[in-house]
Amino acid sequence: MNLMSDQSLRISSPVVLLQMIVRGYLRMDLKVIIRALLVMCLLVLCMPSVWAAQDTPYKLDIGRGGQCVRDPVWMRKNHMHLLIHQRDEVVHKGIRDDKISLKNCIECHASTKDDSVIAREDSFCVACHRYEAVKIDCFECHSGTRKSVWLQRNAK
Amino acid sequence: MNDIHNQRRSFLKTSLGVAAVTVAPGLLLFDVAHGKSEAVSSKVRWGMLIDTTNCADGCHDCVTACNKENGLSGGLAPTDSQWIRKIEIKDVSAGRSFALPMMCQHCEEPPCVDVCPTGASFKRADGIVLVDKHRCIGCRYCMMACPYKARSFVHEPLHNQNPDVPRGKGTVESCTLCVHRIDAGKQPACAEACPNKSILFGDLNDRNSEIAKKLRTVASVQVRSDLGLNPGIHYQGI
Amino acid sequence: MSTSLNSKYAALQFKNRLYYLLLAAGGLVLLAALYSVHMMESHGHIITGMNNQIVWGVPHVFAIFLIVAASGVLNVASIGSVFGKAIYKARAPLASLLSIAMLAGGLAVLMLDLGRPDRFMLPAFNFNVTSVFAWNVVLYSGLFGLVVAYLWTMMEKRMNVWTKSVGLAVFAWRFILTTGTGLIFAFLTARQAYGSAILPPMFIVLSFAWGMAVFHMVQTVMYAWNDKVLDPAIMERKKHLLGVFVLASLYMVAVYHMTNLYFAHKTGFEHFILKDGGVYPTLFWWGYVVLGNIVPLILIYLPGLGSKISALAASLTVVLGGFAFLYVFIIGGQAYPLDIFPGFQVSSTFGDGQIASYTPSVYEILLGLGGLAIAFIITTVSVRVLNFMPHDKPYIAD
Repeated sequence: MNLMSDQSLRISSPVVLLQMIVRGYLRMDLKVIIRALLVMCLLVLCMPSVWAAQDTPYKLDIGRGGQCVRDPVWMRKNHMHLLIHQRDEVVHKGIRDDKISLKNCIECHASTKDDSVIAREDSFCVACHRYEAVKIDCFECHSGTRKSVWLQRNAK
Repeated sequence: MNDIHNQRRSFLKTSLGVAAVTVAPGLLLFDVAHGKSEAVSSKVRWGMLIDTTNCADGCHDCVTACNKENGLSGGLAPTDSQWIRKIEIKDVSAGRSFALPMMCQHCEEPPCVDVCPTGASFKRADGIVLVDKHRCIGCRYCMMACPYKARSFVHEPLHNQNPDVPRGKGTVESCTLCVHRIDAGKQPACAEACPNKSILFGDLNDRNSEIAKKLRTVASVQVRSDLGLNPGIHYQGI
Repeated sequence: MSTSLNSKYAALQFKNRLYYLLLAAGGLVLLAALYSVHMMESHGHIITGMNNQIVWGVPHVFAIFLIVAASGVLNVASIGSVFGKAIYKARAPLASLLSIAMLAGGLAVLMLDLGRPDRFMLPAFNFNVTSVFAWNVVLYSGLFGLVVAYLWTMMEKRMNVWTKSVGLAVFAWRFILTTGTGLIFAFLTARQAYGSAILPPMFIVLSFAWGMAVFHMVQTVMYAWNDKVLDPAIMERKKHLLGVFVLASLYMVAVYHMTNLYFAHKTGFEHFILKDGGVYPTLFWWGYVVLGNIVPLILIYLPGLGSKISALAASLTVVLGGFAFLYVFIIGGQAYPLDIFPGFQVSSTFGDGQIASYTPSVYEILLGLGGLAIAFIITTVSVRVLNFMPHDKPYIAD
């Protein structure tokens, strides 16, 4: 009985296949492997957004709303650039512009019901970000509550 | 032009409306703070002179005020943040004991800034040493480097922070000299709260300021001045 | 004929199964580590034993051991490529592999222990030139790249001409790297335990001993696995080299403590670490000095001991001693109170004037073990898939 030939010709399981590739019995095209890996990476990268994104957008609670910086369409697209620029100006240089400040945004856009931009599914920041599946990192440190209300609550 | 006018008008309208809506009984809720459009300058160096002879034993008003202003829990567990603490000091040979508040000393040559890998620890032009929490990765090297043990690490997720004092899990924090108050023209909470007015806050660079005048006339020291860090906090009566 | 083949085949099957079992065990540890990282991410560092007094804990003990040993293990490669010793040359690929594996494990632990591990790429974009941590980011990733290149020049025949020059670069780089690791502590002026210029050279010498010990353990296992016998002469030489490194590192550690004892402002700390500090003196004397130095030195130099087992045991004790040393150095160094008011007795709500207490939690221990698991998995898979077995020519002393 020729044991070796008997074993090496039968690819019975993925493990054996892998072993054969590893030991050089089988050769795979490097290009194919790289392509397969790339496709897999792409798929894996897409997964969280598929999970997180929802089909129907929530109705936004825009709080008091109004427009003080730019029009809503522009803001929807660019608010993050303003915020990032502003945060460096404030933190490092102490330039505290009233208008372009996260605190000021919250002051107007917090819900009139619970004074927050993050408390509910349809809160101003949450609803959009959830729909777009973009994680907001602001409110781990920043308060999502209107300052005036925070002061009232914490005065006692 | 017209467009800008319109925007301005609608902004004014809404803010007026907002102000009207929010004037609750006796309270103006929509605080129209004065913005500062100019960067802080190095012509100013903020500092403090703390009179330890006046610092009452058992009084923790500065600590309480700090906790309240900055939204700290006030807990004393080793994992809780303490931005300012009272240290009881005993001179064994002389049989003398006194107490003083210890916090970030806002060094001119801060070791925490030198060691921070991302530049999150930084010194503002006016001498205030801060942590940019947007950049802090939570490595805690600054806590190892600080000779005053002035820094705390946020060990837990936080909620309901003061909108003026953002703080969050996984970043390092310390006394900011109440930078948000300074930028609004006020003095730090601890200085305001001290019942004996033992904490004198002011501009060290302004020769006519009260603090500069007092520094010229009374004997004061900087803690661990041997390290050559030139802290902005001076102590009197050690 | 058939039966002998069958039994050979059975033995092969057994080894295959064992191999996957080992791999699965490593994977399981890694999984547990990832779980604790997840827990630390969602609950914060409150679930670890670390606090505002002991800011670096067990994860850093593991990380620094792995990183220091990763640099030290390259010694084997350097002796081969820089000084041209044949038996070390044959071992350079394995040494390089171990270096990459341990570096990956150590760095992973360091990164995952951060308060904000999601920002681990931040130092690359906001580089603070005065920070030795930031330098180390460059040094660690640079070593990674260099060692990969070094491996390539060794394993690809056409690149062999470059082996010597890349080897030289690796040699220089790892000296600077371990210096950088030592500097992390040497730059802490205010702490009695650190802030000493002897720390970088001490870490370099320690790295030699730890790296050599790890290399020896892996090599012994590999030879046993492949039913091969290491030439006793080679074994003897490597064993003695380990002995020299252990002696040298003991000397450096002794000098470090002796100088501290001489400085009045540091004697309090030395008394704490060497005598009164409870777990720290115990770990230092029994863990580091006895288990990590005396025992391996006896195993190496006492005549009449079986070479193979004694060398393996010596390596193992050196590694264990290394962990004991780092625990005392890192955690004991922070437990002793910072002297803010020299000459005064102080007390406060923030641990001033008090010995800080530290009890590692299961999460941080798992995280540390996860680093070992990463190194283990990389090594095990690599030595099976690629040819890392040292190929010795009949040994001639050079």
